[in-house]
Amino acid sequence: MKLSREEVLRVAELAHLELSDAEAETYRGQLDSILEYIETLNRVDVSGVEPMAQVAYAGEGPAATPLREDVARPCDVGDAILAQAPEAKKPYFRVPKVIER
Amino acid sequence: MSAPGGWTVASIRDALTSRKISARELTAEYFSRIEKRNPELNAYLALSRERANEQAARVDALVAKGETLPRLAGVPLAIKDVLSTTGTRTTCGSKILETYVPPYDATAVERLDRAGAIFLGKTNCDEFAMGSSNENSAYGPVQNPTAPGRVPGGSSGGSAAAVAADLAVVSLGTDTGGSIRQPGACCGIPAMMPTYGRVSRYGLIAFASSLDRIGPFGRTVRDVAEVLGLIAGSDSNDSTCANVPVPDYVAGLDAPIAGLRLGVPEEYFAAGLDSEVRRKVEAGIALLEKLGCKRVPIRLPHTEFAIATYYIIATAEASSNLARFDGVRYGLRAEASTLSEMYRKTRRLGFGAEVKRRIMLGTYALSSGYYDAYYLRAQKVRTLLARDFAEAFERVDAIVAPTSPTPPFRLGEKTADPLQMYLADIYTVTGSLAGITGISVPCGTTSERLPVGMQILGPHFSEERVLQLAHNFERAGGFDL
Repeated sequence: MKLSREEVLRVAELAHLELSDAEAETYRGQLDSILEYIETLNRVDVSGVEPMAQVAYAGEGPAATPLREDVARPCDVGDAILAQAPEAKKPYFRVPKVIER
Repeated sequence: MSAPGGWTVASIRDALTSRKISARELTAEYFSRIEKRNPELNAYLALSRERANEQAARVDALVAKGETLPRLAGVPLAIKDVLSTTGTRTTCGSKILETYVPPYDATAVERLDRAGAIFLGKTNCDEFAMGSSNENSAYGPVQNPTAPGRVPGGSSGGSAAAVAADLAVVSLGTDTGGSIRQPGACCGIPAMMPTYGRVSRYGLIAFASSLDRIGPFGRTVRDVAEVLGLIAGSDSNDSTCANVPVPDYVAGLDAPIAGLRLGVPEEYFAAGLDSEVRRKVEAGIALLEKLGCKRVPIRLPHTEFAIATYYIIATAEASSNLARFDGVRYGLRAEASTLSEMYRKTRRLGFGAEVKRRIMLGTYALSSGYYDAYYLRAQKVRTLLARDFAEAFERVDAIVAPTSPTPPFRLGEKTADPLQMYLADIYTVTGSLAGITGISVPCGTTSERLPVGMQILGPHFSEERVLQLAHNFERAGGFDL
């Protein structure tokens, strides 16, 4: 067993997920067997291998994924975006209290 | 597996210009088919009638004026529900976005709108594209129209089923670890994953950003090529979309394929491959040899580590991408008295079991003390997997292999064991991790009449070559082997 129940609860807290006791136990078992399978990666010799941090095409020719000029443009979508919010008071999203009194 | 008959991009153009049918009539015909069959198939989650009728009216106005029609004029299209569509609900198959209506179109969607396509609606998928069977949708599974009682594949199950059942002529899906190619194989239609950076992802609701691609389904390779040519090409709204010229894929389809070297990777024909799938794919390779291609045995030695690598990288990225669903700006919000309680309750109510499982796996892999052991190691193995392909492509022009180790499995067959479900992606995650392109084409059915798919993989930006192989294969009767 790799994962303890405490670790599952700690991960859930980091991920902002609330779990019931039963869910915590189910995930513990499932994540445990997935992690055991992932341990197979320990058999690969990765010494001297660079991590693949960039997938975008880096082939020959002029910059294949060029950056555009950083120019300010009008972006008048505030109302459309706020219209999707569960609770809004223009120009803000409203949320429950952050600090308890 | 014979692709069902019916309309194609070219036959619609002919019928419109010769005024045998109007775009409005064709649109109405498709909506009436959807009404009839969708209650049973569950391929569509939302219909966009108003927009479709406006689009059809625009096409009919062009026909009336005798103007040149845009490339996809009047073509009924279905769009996977992870792609943003102005004014049409976009849920990602999740409860957390049940009420979300995007204020803008994804670039791929907008380009097809400009090309004259008719947007029928949004298709069902595994929640946030996480799954291989479409059973992780919060809105119920999709039935496989070509194999009743079986899964349509996933995550783009609705997009594949809609086209296979002729409830759309073409559709858009997304592929992160096989989510276009595998449902294409399960439903018996061609389905393409373009190179990483070939198609803009602006407006795609992200799952794993180093893997996600947008690509087309069709009933013919020609229709797949038609759609790809329109959605490909650089976009100032997506810096990961490459500035590489887009060839005329349709014009290039008939180029000869004789003399091309086809790599057949030993690892994809090892234990775990269903014997009937093996036989059909072998027959597919034999047909390509008959067409003049040369078979070259190759090895992709890190294949056995691909699933483990994929499920670390994809879940790590997902845990970060899905942090935005917190009840603040859109979608569901749970009642709570503090902000942090609101986050936790919203995500508990809004996300399904598989999404939570992957968020937790990814969070664990990125957490302090485990990052080097899991995430960093997986990124290094990813380098080795990409190198396998790069070395193979020095000797061959394309690689041919099964798309999936088995024919479509039964609904419910793998839902109890997440790891077994992940292993269904064993032949597709490799190409995803390497960033290369590939298409799945039908290559006949098993003795139980279940569709089998064969994938043709090519190097970065070799879509033209891959489509030529697929088209020649189709023309030679490969779909019905």
